[in-house]
Amino acid sequence: MPKWFTPAAALCGALFAFSPILIAGAPYESTMGLVQKIFYYHMPSAWMFLLSAIVCGVASARYLAGGHARHDRMAWSAAELTVLFGLVTLVTGPLWARRAWGTWWVWDPRVTSSFVGWMIAVAYLILRRYGGPGSEKLAAGVALFGTANVPFIYISVNYWRTIHPATSVVPTLPVSMGFPLWYCVAMFLLLYVLLLTLRMHVEEQRARLDALYLALDDRS
Amino acid sequence: MSRFTRAAWLILRKDLTVEVRSREIAYTTVFFAVSCLLVFAFALVREGRAPADGAAGILWIAVAFSGTLALGRTFERERQSETLRALLLAPAPRPAVYVGKLAGIMALLGATECVIVPLVSLLFQVHLLAHPLWLAGILFTGTLGFAAVGTLFAAMLVRARSRDVLLPVLLYPVTVPVIIAGVRGTSALLQPQADAAIVGFWLALLVCFDTVFVTLALWTFEPVMTD
Amino acid sequence: MRVLRTLAVLVAFVIAPAILTAAQPPRQDEFVPISELPPQEQLPAAPLVIGAYIFVLAVLFAYLYSVASRLKALQRDVTRLEGDLSGRGRS
Repeated sequence: MPKWFTPAAALCGALFAFSPILIAGAPYESTMGLVQKIFYYHMPSAWMFLLSAIVCGVASARYLAGGHARHDRMAWSAAELTVLFGLVTLVTGPLWARRAWGTWWVWDPRVTSSFVGWMIAVAYLILRRYGGPGSEKLAAGVALFGTANVPFIYISVNYWRTIHPATSVVPTLPVSMGFPLWYCVAMFLLLYVLLLTLRMHVEEQRARLDALYLALDDRS
Repeated sequence: MSRFTRAAWLILRKDLTVEVRSREIAYTTVFFAVSCLLVFAFALVREGRAPADGAAGILWIAVAFSGTLALGRTFERERQSETLRALLLAPAPRPAVYVGKLAGIMALLGATECVIVPLVSLLFQVHLLAHPLWLAGILFTGTLGFAAVGTLFAAMLVRARSRDVLLPVLLYPVTVPVIIAGVRGTSALLQPQADAAIVGFWLALLVCFDTVFVTLALWTFEPVMTD
Repeated sequence: MRVLRTLAVLVAFVIAPAILTAAQPPRQDEFVPISELPPQEQLPAAPLVIGAYIFVLAVLFAYLYSVASRLKALQRDVTRLEGDLSGRGRS
């Protein structure tokens, strides 16, 4: 584990502990009222979901081109985090929508494309788990297609009328709401980096264990 | 003929010869597609009439389901007699092997579509054949996109455990945009006044999809199939 | 071949948006706009907000717990094997 991990984890915990106070202090949004406060966790986790999918695609492409096990470990870890943050996004979204749109689920472009992206990440994990030996390369291929697919899914479903707010609202937020939002984005980004480091460390330990088993076999 | 096209052509001819002799995959695929139509008829038809917009979806789901079956069987045949390994050992460029296999799958799915398109228009009372050229364009590009991803994944999965389950699990989420564009384009054709702009838009999207996915598949086939 | 492939990818990614913007996408209305929705039932918002925050924290902690237990099991095995290996090395 790198040296900065423990202090950074402590900082992340402190940020998370303080965030409810900051969010509670932010003003109410005029039309949606209290339920809009889900936003402060929903949007940062959605951004981490996208970031993680991109990290997974890039790491897979580099693994296919170069064949370094490090990139493969990074792709696997990023795929797991894609599923985690995607789950958070896809569950907090409907909780908000229930009040704001009056329904749990809407087949809106943004919702549909996030859902399909999440399904691809789950399929990747299923392949890694049950594909047997040699599935790293197959999984890298799937991840590459999954990442290339995201713009297409978005375009295909974009011709339905959307009711999801656009990302362009973010810069226009007043400071009283903008500050807690950017605070949460920074907090989630730190959490993402920490979780990715931790998850990759697990894979490094697994590789080390495999190497030890091989060494033990050689001895006996 | 260059070495690349020659290798691809030989692989396609080999697949077609095997298929013409046994007709196993063609018969099972076509019959499976027809059973899909039957199941949808039971699920969707009310008082003797199908829902107005259902035919396009039914057609594409039948293509996707029977396509998965055909992909699985084609590569299972290669696996059983270890011929895929021989193909990969042959002094032919790897992408040519992929192109040959893709062409074989396309021929098979094309034959299936020749059976189910008239059946869908007959059973669900829609004028699918009113614009044959547009329909052929959408069917071809859509099938190509689906088969391009499917051939790569099925070839990759030949060496994996539980490949029968993994193929649809991986294939459907990745090919969702082709299915959406195919369904949307076909249902635009079925409108009383088909709007060429709408159909053309979905066709253009399918062409873009095909370009990106065939390119990506040609690039990934080599590293993925190397042990 | 490599240059060709890169070129094809570039063309696909540059031409695709161009065609799509030129094709003047037809909007197909399938959703009822918010203003035409039937009047919403008056739902209390507080349980939804609290539920969302509890869910996020619960999922994060569950994931952290699962990673930590995986790491612990691996590290235990690593130390045991390293002990075995050095023990055999001496004997």
